[in-house]
Amino acid sequence: MAMLEVNNLKTHFKTQDGVVKAVDGVSFSLEPGEVMGIVGESGSGKSVTALSVMQLNPKPPAEYPEGEILFEGQDLLWVPEKRMQQIRGNDIAMIFQDPMTSLNPVFTVGNQIREAIRIHQDVSKTEANEMTVQVLKDVGIANPEGQAKGYPHQFSGGMRQRAMIAMALSCNPKVLIADEPTTALDVTIQAQILELMVGLQEKYGTAIVMITHDLGVVAQIADKVMVMYAGRAVERATTDDVFYDPLMPYSFSLLRSLPRLDTAGEVKLLPIKGTPPSLIFLPEGCNFHPRCPFAKDECREVDPILEEKKPGHEAACILSVEEIEASKSRVDQELGVGT
Amino acid sequence: MSEAANGSLTGNGHLSGGRNGRSGERPGENLLETRNLKMHFPIKAGVLRRTVGHVKAVDGVDLEIRKGETLGLVGESGCGKSTFARLVLRLLEPTEGEVLFEGEDILGYDRKQMLGVRRNMQIIFQDPYASLNPRMSVGNIVAEPLKTHKVGEGPERKKRVQELLEVVGLSPEHYNRYPHEFSGGQRQRIGVARAIALNPRLIICDEPVSALDVSIQAQVVNLLEDLQKEFDLTYVFIAHDLSVVKHISDRVAVMYLGKIVEVADRKDLYNNPRHPYTASLLSAIPVPDPRKERERQRVVLTGDVPSPANPPSGCPFHTRCPRAQDYCAENTPPLEPQESENHRAACFFPVREGQRIEEAATSTPYRVE
Repeated sequence: MAMLEVNNLKTHFKTQDGVVKAVDGVSFSLEPGEVMGIVGESGSGKSVTALSVMQLNPKPPAEYPEGEILFEGQDLLWVPEKRMQQIRGNDIAMIFQDPMTSLNPVFTVGNQIREAIRIHQDVSKTEANEMTVQVLKDVGIANPEGQAKGYPHQFSGGMRQRAMIAMALSCNPKVLIADEPTTALDVTIQAQILELMVGLQEKYGTAIVMITHDLGVVAQIADKVMVMYAGRAVERATTDDVFYDPLMPYSFSLLRSLPRLDTAGEVKLLPIKGTPPSLIFLPEGCNFHPRCPFAKDECREVDPILEEKKPGHEAACILSVEEIEASKSRVDQELGVGT
Repeated sequence: MSEAANGSLTGNGHLSGGRNGRSGERPGENLLETRNLKMHFPIKAGVLRRTVGHVKAVDGVDLEIRKGETLGLVGESGCGKSTFARLVLRLLEPTEGEVLFEGEDILGYDRKQMLGVRRNMQIIFQDPYASLNPRMSVGNIVAEPLKTHKVGEGPERKKRVQELLEVVGLSPEHYNRYPHEFSGGQRQRIGVARAIALNPRLIICDEPVSALDVSIQAQVVNLLEDLQKEFDLTYVFIAHDLSVVKHISDRVAVMYLGKIVEVADRKDLYNNPRHPYTASLLSAIPVPDPRKERERQRVVLTGDVPSPANPPSGCPFHTRCPRAQDYCAENTPPLEPQESENHRAACFFPVREGQRIEEAATSTPYRVE
């Protein structure tokens, strides 16, 4: 059994305008030590999926009409809040995109890490102090004793994210959910943070869920990938399969719409027309059909399910593998990819 | 494009004519040039608000922008990219230096003369939510520059605005709508329509796609490219995303702590970076290609960008540079031509072709004064 298994998760929000189906039937599983990337644009349900696993969506308006989130066999949707508090931070930890707003400005960084340790572990104040200094050292903060006494505003963006990672790792969690951890950072700092995360993952065997819109980051660190669009998983496979042989037109379009450092200027960009759909009024048929470069008439009526197209490679598209591959090579030729 | 944008501007003969006057332009000539441009913001402290120091946001930038080209300007946040953009447009008054537009220093211009220059220089901002007035209709937003410069009137102006909306891929029916009714990508299109309304020659794009969703970025990048071809525009494209810059630029300049550290033709800069900062920046960017990523050798820079209020002595990059020697801490490297006049870098120990960045350089500087 997988360590974390999410089955047909639905997270809906009741609003005055209607029900927002932020997550609408998402499944995935995570083994110990595995790194999974969740890719998608804003509003695709990546963060809500993560917050559902952490049980951090405010209820109401959040509702879970269906699905289960099994962590080591127990369904997190049904465990009492008291038990959830033990799991949260201790077994499953999360780091957020913006390190400034996720640290409390009126307490020292050391104070906040110490608090996390003291809540989850039965240790004395001095022991907690030593552990705090140790985790700060682990994440590469120079002069950890001194920096532990510093306030968040005295830290740079990269250091704050390091401090967040230190806090998340202080209890040695089994799963670390990282929600766009490097989006707010410069590339040189991003490289530092990613290197740090990979190093810690190797050292402690933590499983990581990496949520990002940056396909390069996923290519760099993930073993497998789930692509999300309008609240659903539309493709699931190993990282290599998704990048070299995408079988859902959305993943393919996303890969071709972004300039990449190695080929930029030599190939044309494939613009994805239109905008992401409203999660209240989803299009009939396939959610992606109004923007899909391969869509045919049937796509307007049939809502595709995520199914195995090739061994270990699932995609939600009614086109056959042959049709998708023919369309892909046609588009690639127009763009000048691979010539 | 309508003739409406080509109304004459009294007192500025050399600026009037718009696009029609451009046919005789030779590519390769400089449209804009900055010389030793500096912006030092004072830091005030204490009860008397005395100046206790300066933030050297832009610190001696010499850069030329050639007619018809796209110059990419890249660097990490806080390196002075946006300040540079504002100095060029004179939205900020520089501490020192010159800004030459068509060979004339515009810093000495009075209000009226400046109005004429601005007609030819426009800007597209990063945040399409903050740069459009929420209380103005789209039509009024795009008509604003036409109004300021007294181009066209009444129905004629309205027709021109509707044309512009169509040019940027919106519908003329959007004229009476308000910004909140549009998505991020569409708002950025409105910003683009406003920027091209007067048929300018130079558009400064300050991170025009950074705030947009990944699937929308390509739409706006392609639009900017199409407009450039159609209207002979010159772009300064400011971004922190080196992949986008590589896609759109002809030449690229890299900024670090208020200084240009390297400038070259796109191919030279990306294939053969000379400055260790450029090289490490390029190596830090992940490529959406898992196999390449597994094989890649990354140079991870240590530490953060130093504060521009207290920049390091000598070469501004020496504190993070894997190649730095003692010499670099004491001497400031000038921006000098490398193997060609077009490829300039400010480094005493430039990276040679095929060399690894962290490979120890020779102990003699490339250039000793």
